[in-house]
Amino acid sequence: MRAFTTLKALVAPLDQSNVDTDAIIPKQYLKSIQRSGFGPNLFDNWRYLDEGGPEIDNSKRRLNPDFVLNKNRYGGAEILLARENFGCGSSREHAVWALDQQGFRCVVATSFADIFYNNSFKSGFLPVQLNEEQMDVLFRECEETGGYELTVDLESQSVTTPSGQSFAFEIDAFRKNNLLRGLDDIGLTLEHADQIRDYEKRRAVETPWLFSE
Amino acid sequence: MAGKTLYDKLFDAHVVRTEEDGTALLYIDRHLVHEVTSPQAFEGLKLANRELWRKEAILAVVDHNVPTTDRSGGSAGIVDNTSRLQVTTLDANAADHGLTYFDINDVRQGIVHVIGPEQGATLPGMTVVCGDSHTSTHGAFGALAHGIGTSEVEHVMATQCLVQQKMLNMLVEVDGVAADGVTAKDIALHIIGEIGTAGGNGCAIEFGGSAIRALSMEGRMTLCNMAIEGGARAGMVAVDQTTIDYVLDRPFSPGPEHREVAIAAWNELHSDEDAHFDRRVSIAAEDIKPQVSWGTSPEMVAPVDDQVPNPETEQDPVKADGMRKALAYMNLKAGTPITEIPLDKVFIGSCTNSRIEDIRAAAAVIKGRKVAANLKLAMVVPGSGLVKKQAEEEGLDKLFTDAGFEWREPGCSMCLAMNADRLEPGERCASTSNRNFEGRQGAGGRTHLVSPAMAAAAAIAGHFVDARHY
Ligand code: SF4
Repeated sequence: MRAFTTLKALVAPLDQSNVDTDAIIPKQYLKSIQRSGFGPNLFDNWRYLDEGGPEIDNSKRRLNPDFVLNKNRYGGAEILLARENFGCGSSREHAVWALDQQGFRCVVATSFADIFYNNSFKSGFLPVQLNEEQMDVLFRECEETGGYELTVDLESQSVTTPSGQSFAFEIDAFRKNNLLRGLDDIGLTLEHADQIRDYEKRRAVETPWLFSE
Repeated sequence: MAGKTLYDKLFDAHVVRTEEDGTALLYIDRHLVHEVTSPQAFEGLKLANRELWRKEAILAVVDHNVPTTDRSGGSAGIVDNTSRLQVTTLDANAADHGLTYFDINDVRQGIVHVIGPEQGATLPGMTVVCGDSHTSTHGAFGALAHGIGTSEVEHVMATQCLVQQKMLNMLVEVDGVAADGVTAKDIALHIIGEIGTAGGNGCAIEFGGSAIRALSMEGRMTLCNMAIEGGARAGMVAVDQTTIDYVLDRPFSPGPEHREVAIAAWNELHSDEDAHFDRRVSIAAEDIKPQVSWGTSPEMVAPVDDQVPNPETEQDPVKADGMRKALAYMNLKAGTPITEIPLDKVFIGSCTNSRIEDIRAAAAVIKGRKVAANLKLAMVVPGSGLVKKQAEEEGLDKLFTDAGFEWREPGCSMCLAMNADRLEPGERCASTSNRNFEGRQGAGGRTHLVSPAMAAAAAIAGHFVDARHY
């Protein structure tokens, strides 16, 4: 997994609640059996005026000039701002892959849907939760300031604005450590293979019907 | 010390080890696999040269991409290239790893959340995961069940475990007696309308109260299915006699030699009297009416005898803005009576409402009637091959086809339109599924979530009607 330490980058505002995973990456793109290639279809229904599909060349499609992320000033943004319950809906990790492959490394929002939050870390992608007042400040400043950049520092768990205002955020110690070091989850778990086998032996006695295959 | 909640009991029984910060390694008993979220996981295993930890824990099925019409050509006969590739990829992965697998032509094939319980592959006390958010459905059995992403699918395949932070405990109690014609779906939509789609974020929800205990297993599955739309990854209901009666004597349920110990253990699967819940919500069953969603989020619901709400009277500006956007997308005007919304299509199906009881409820409404002339399509997609067979044995398929419904092969179908079943831009649909997000049932399509009886009545009337008086 890719590590996340600190990021100073351009910010794009998506001032909406309940941005669902169908909006982040519509289901027709989930038919891919690859892990890559989702970036051009991030926010597909909002981003383009004409209909797309897995076999359609995105470079020939018409961009929706009214969609905020299509505005020139946000080109190349790596941090996305959003409101409540970002990533609600399906468990598709493709939502994280699409954001990541479009160049985003971090979403700062009022709250996240649980599965999306969990999936983020698997791609070295950082979901940061701030409160409503703090989000109001970021949205306002981002709107008012051209080339608005934030510094997200995982080690110190802080988001710092260009004027030097700093907001602290929470994250579990275990996740934080793995993300800082870019550790592979499966490899880590397999270090405890003996404990898993011990557990299975115990459960096979306590709940034999679950192990009677 | 306070007692334990059902969730605490399920969680604690599956902890393999705990990190200093409380992060647990949780053992997974059942892993359900479908074709959409598994190919990259199988690929990842292969690249890292890893084996399946316990292939017996896996039950695999194709559901999202399968056509609901003619299947005589098997996987190879699927017309859409990308859908076919995804289905044949699971065919190949299942064969390579020797998995228990219900392929496109297996009579047991169906929606993953319908077939798990139907086969007894979901049992009380289990941890159940699937790369699918509606895995919460299986919590109806007093199991800890939730959706995971593809990296976690790979993690479970390789280790039989998941790295988990403990969620908060939330209790949603529905007491009293629901009026005739008010179904589990209406209870679910009403709850989401009350708590909001983020209401259960960070929580495992236990549904309790006399109105929940009165529900059949099908009803409890409908309710837990929609826990995710209320923001909770897991929903659950305590085990009682209804649960036990359902799970015994199914292909994967415990054999006679284990039956008594299993039942004794299952009878412990309820929250203790003095258990602590971080959040509690109480709802009176008598207050619930048949629900219809009017917007693009499952919290945007109204009772059928109400009107489309007005964003201008909403205090919260972000919410008001969301309502305006939703009304524009849905092409609805504030103040319109729900019963005056005309429909183009009706879809009865999905892991929320495609079980035998749902099909019977819809059939009871349409019996001897005809689908309204303004409808372009009314379809029933049973949740599994076995549900379909059962319904046909009861003669229900005939009632539907006589009324003008199409009677299809099992799968996810127009719940998310990954196969050929979809709404065209601007079409309006009464759907028994679980999500009314923009474009969910086809780009530009407009979805109204309802119960099977409400969908059936709407098909006959051509617009929404109160199924209780129909
Ligand atoms: S029926 Fe719909 S919600 Fe259920 S698993 Fe299939 S696509 Fe998902």
